[in-house]
Parts: sequence; C-alpha cells; structure tokens
Amino acid sequence: MLKLSNVSAGYGSFQALFDTSLEVNAGETVAVIGPNGAGKTTLLRVISRLIDASAGEMTMEARSLNTVPSHEVIAYGIAHVPENRRLFPRLSVEDNLRMGAYVPSARANFAERLERVYALFPRMKERRKQLAGTLSGGEQQMCAIGRALMSGPKLLLLDEPSAGLAPVVVQAIFEVVRKMSAEGYTVLIVEQNVQQVLKVADRAYLLETGRIKLSGRADELRENDAIKKSYLGL
Amino acid sequence: MQVFDIFLLEAVVNGILLGGILALLALGLNLVFGVIDVVWICYAELIMLGMYAVYYGHNVFGWPLWLALVFGVAVVAVLGALLHQFVIRPVLAAEPINQLLVTGGVLFFLQAVATLAFGIEFKNIGIRLPQLSVGEMYLSVARLIAFLVALAGMIGMYLFLTRSYLGTAIRAISQDRAIMPLMGVNPNRIFLITSALGGGLAGLAACLLVLQYDIHPAIGLTFGPITFMVCVMGGLGNMIGGFIAAFIFAQFISVGGFFLHIEWGYVIAFVFFIGMMFWRPQGILGSK
Ligand SMILES: Nc1ncnc2c1ncn2[C@@H]1O[C@H](COP(=O)(O)OP(=O)(O)O)[C@@H](O)[C@H]1O
Ligand SMILES: [Mg+2]
Repeated sequence: MLKLSNVSAGYGSFQALFDTSLEVNAGETVAVIGPNGAGKTTLLRVISRLIDASAGEMTMEARSLNTVPSHEVIAYGIAHVPENRRLFPRLSVEDNLRMGAYVPSARANFAERLERVYALFPRMKERRKQLAGTLSGGEQQMCAIGRALMSGPKLLLLDEPSAGLAPVVVQAIFEVVRKMSAEGYTVLIVEQNVQQVLKVADRAYLLETGRIKLSGRADELRENDAIKKSYLGL
Repeated sequence: MQVFDIFLLEAVVNGILLGGILALLALGLNLVFGVIDVVWICYAELIMLGMYAVYYGHNVFGWPLWLALVFGVAVVAVLGALLHQFVIRPVLAAEPINQLLVTGGVLFFLQAVATLAFGIEFKNIGIRLPQLSVGEMYLSVARLIAFLVALAGMIGMYLFLTRSYLGTAIRAISQDRAIMPLMGVNPNRIFLITSALGGGLAGLAACLLVLQYDIHPAIGLTFGPITFMVCVMGGLGNMIGGFIAAFIFAQFISVGGFFLHIEWGYVIAFVFFIGMMFWRPQGILGSK
C-alpha cells in the first residue's frame, strides 16, 4: 500500500532521515520504534508531505506522493495523527471531528462516520460539546484518532499515541490500536513504548539516528537480543 | 427629579442603533485579525472605496440601488482578497510592526488613489431617508436599517462560523495553522476566503454608511479610529468582545452627547477607552 524507497529528508541543512526504505501492506499494523530524536516524527511528516523528501521515492497504492501538496495527501487515503495530538483546543470535540471530515468526499459520510467514532470512543460522545482543550490527555488522544478516522482513511499514521499518558491510559490506547487492526485498518505507528507496540504490530522497523537499523516481524524483534537489551530492559 | 426622560430614552435608543453599525465595523477587522493575525490598518479606506462603488453603481452607471449595493459589497470583498494576496501574504512571516507599516502604506495609497480618481468634492447618492416618530421619539430610518442589517450580518456570520465546514476551518486555522493540511485544508485558500469575507463585511458597512454620510477620500478617518478602539477594547480578534465593546462605546457617544454636546460624547468615549487600556489592556474579553 505505502512504499518508501531510499527516502532522505531534513530541516534546512540538517539531515534527519537517511536513505530510508519501508513498506506497509494493506491490513498490516507496522511499527517504527526508536529513541527520542531518531527521526520517527520526521518520517511521518515526509509521508504527509509536511516536509519535502530530498531524495527517494514515495508511493501510495502505486501512485507517487513525491510532489503532492500536503493538503491533498488525505485524498490518497492517508490520515495522520500528529505528535502531541494537536487538537484545536477551542473547538468542541464534535467540531474537531468535523474538521477531520473536511474534504468534500468525507462530508457526505459525516453522520455515519461520527457514529462509528462514537462507537469506538463512547467517551467522545459524552463529551462532544466540550472544548477539546479541556479533555484529559487520554481523551485528547482518542479525539485525535477519531478526527483522523473521520476522513475514512485507508492508512492511519500514528505518532506516539501513548506519549505522556498514565500507564492505565496507555493500555487503553493500545487496546484501541489493536481494535482498529482487528477492524482491518492499515496502521503505521511510531512509538517509544516498544514493549507495548510490539504486541499490537505485525511488523516493525527500528530507526536510529535517521537510519533503519533493523526490521522484521514483531514477534521476532521481541526476541532480538539488541532490542531486548536497549528497548525492553531485559 | 424626572423619572422618565423621553430625550434620554431617545439617546439610549440611538446609542443602540449606533452600536449595531459599530459592531459590524468591528466584526470584519476582528475576523481578519483573529484568523490571520494581521491588522488591516487600511480597513476604513476599504469602506471608503465601497461607498464610492455604491455611488458609481447608482449615480454614475444608473443602476438600481439594490444592484449598486451588491456591487459595493462585491468590490470590497474582491479588494480584501487582493489585499491579502498581494500585500499581506508576502509579509505574513514578517514582524508585526512591518505588517502594520505595510497596511498603513496601503491606507495612504488608497486615499491618494481615491483623491486622484474621484476628486475631493463630497458626493452623496441623493437618497435621504426620513425620520420615524415612535411615540414622542424621533429615530432615523437610515440608522434603523443600518442597525437591522448589521444585526442580520452578524447573526449570519455567527451561523456561518459555527455551522459550516468552511466556518469551522476558519475558526480552526487561528488555533493551529501548521496542521491544517492534515485535515485536507489549504491554509492559503482559507486566508484568502477570510480576507474576502472581511472585505465583504467592510463592504456591507459601506452600504449602510453611504445612506447616512457624504463620500470623500478622507471619510475613512471618520470611522477608522473608532473601529480600532472598539476592536482593541473588545480584545483584538475577539468577535464577541468587539460586539459588546461596540454597544458600550455607542452609549458613551450617544448618551454622553445627550448630556453635554455630541463632540463631548466622543471625548468621553475616548477617555473611557484610555482608562480601559490602563485597567484591562488586553480588552474586555481579550487574552493577548
Ligand atoms: N523543525 C525542526 N527543525 C530542525 N530540526 C528538527 C526539527 N524537527 C526535528 N528536528 C531534528 O530532527 C531530528 C529528528 O527529530 P524527530 O523526527 O522529531 O525525532 P523523533 O520523532 O524520533 O523523536 C532530531 O535531531 C531533531 O532535533
Ligand atoms: Mg517524535
């Protein structure tokens, strides 16, 4: 579905991503793990075209993404839940979800998708009139995921959905990811919570200092000595 | 002491009517500032051009009044979009002071253009609406119309901003511009539409003012300062604050003018404004 071949990117003269190749197949949940500053967020930003790739090829369902304007990426079926949730704090929960359905093709399905999001996150239905900025961290993350689902994406990009949340809330978020996988969503998830994400992912890539160091099936990586030592604390 | 003074009541009612038009004047400026974070110093000059547009439509081209009024709104809406595209957009990332200087430059430019193109003599569209007597009070029909249309315009804008996708995007972009593309929204397009809307509101104000005032190239100076004061007092960019401030200001002018002299009404309003700026520099509802 999504394919990156030898992609490099950075900020000005600073290169953050080197020669990265990665693939996500339909129906898969793929994790990108790695320490702070490894380039995980940069990777998702490149895919969403928020920053340019300085080299390499990106395709979504065999169509090139390389020169697509960032606001048209959503039309390729890609929805991005950004780092730190980035809700519109002074819009209600429902208006945030409405923004997720902004593109004309999504507006027609607004009511039906809203019901699906509310079924997935009953808390959002209770809080639909509340300003998003007043939600708890976990609720904000659910709202941000719900907002992305409103566009009816084929591929969901999640940037550290568990960051900064209490352990019990982290569990709930990964439960949601598991549920979405089960429902057939294709997910590319970036995480530092390696322990948890390797339990929900089918495959994973290890990104360090802008380079892919390892990749493989999630259950295999869980048994990998280097990963055990550096990321699982075993 | 007299419990019920009909002239005082008349002043209060006139203040409410004036408040409506002031609120409309403030709305366009607040919309643009709230969304784009740039102050259109030349806002009142756009209104001046809108008044000329109505005059040319009705009195020079001989169109029916309604068409000339629609033309006035359309001209200023287009001017708002052009202002954004060619003047604001290049300085979006610049320091606020530079943005002020640029739009301030447009102010003088528009005044000069109007002077060259239309001359300095006063023009009016030749329509003088009657006074309406309600009980023992006299109310200007032009002011009443202005009040009602301004109110309708504001309600329409409120519904648009709260009920439509585009309106929601306009509110959202002022809160987090960088992620708008992830919603499938082109931020430049939203800015352009907002500028056209701000211009359209200025055009609507022009249509209402042209019923009451003569037109000349410096007429912007009559409305500009008071509009900025209303916006600043309400909290720049805060549309509801601007609405409240407009009615407070209008009462100072109208009732103050009733007790003293109409010029004193403005003086009192200014003094109140200065006092407010010491007490609450961020405005009634502002946070900045
Ligand atoms: N906007 C930016 N400008 C300059 N450098 C940046 C910017 N964002 C991230 N970086 C740098 O790029 C590298 C990768 O960052 P990032 O992709 O955010 O890592 P991660 O998400 O894995 O923590 C880091 O060294 C970071 O300092
Ligand atoms: Mg990150």
